[in-house]
Amino acid sequence: MPVVVQEDPFDPGAELSRLVAGRRDMGAMVTFTGLVRDTGAGDLRHMEIEHYPGMTVRAIEGMVAHATERWTLGAAHVVHRYGRMAVGEAIMMVATAAPHRGDAFAAAEFLMDYLKSRAPFWKKEVTDRGEDWVTARAEDEAALGRWS
Amino acid sequence: MRIEVLYFAWLRERIGVPRERVETEAGTVRDLVAELRAREERYDAAFSDVSAVRVALDQELSDFDAALGDAREVAFFPPMTGG
Repeated sequence: MPVVVQEDPFDPGAELSRLVAGRRDMGAMVTFTGLVRDTGAGDLRHMEIEHYPGMTVRAIEGMVAHATERWTLGAAHVVHRYGRMAVGEAIMMVATAAPHRGDAFAAAEFLMDYLKSRAPFWKKEVTDRGEDWVTARAEDEAALGRWS
Repeated sequence: MRIEVLYFAWLRERIGVPRERVETEAGTVRDLVAELRAREERYDAAFSDVSAVRVALDQELSDFDAALGDAREVAFFPPMTGG
């Protein structure tokens, strides 16, 4: 399954082995795993991620299809969690496999840039001081420009 | 026409419901927002700065000038923070 959106934790290593299982033509694999990071104040209790169930998988599948057209890839997988997660837990991962590393790197970066700003997820940080929705960063929006 | 309106993240919290069925004659998303704002203060507050709000029509990203057409579902949410 190239796109998985789930509440449960996942094992990045297991996802990685599945990516190229049985393949003999892949020379490169690139992965990115996003983790829950504590706030600057060091008081994060947990993170909550909301998503738009009807839209999320389809939106990400569109991004994967786009990446597959643009680069020569053997596989591209995205796992993204929602719900509650603790500091240090994996939130999401992108993994790409390709005959050559250039395609694998570029496609992984492309997918990350689009996931940040175009996949319908919203992060909330719950700290000792209260709850705060994470604000989208202008740099993340600007990063999309390099792919057009 | 009758349309399903969904709210996410702080829009959901400010408006107080995740989704509702709305009877509307609005032609565009912008018209629908104006109708909602005229309803009650909580809507007016939530939509006071639409530059901070994104919209999807039938689960595809869209914009405020888009015609509602025969869309069944409109979703409002803040800029996304995935990844």
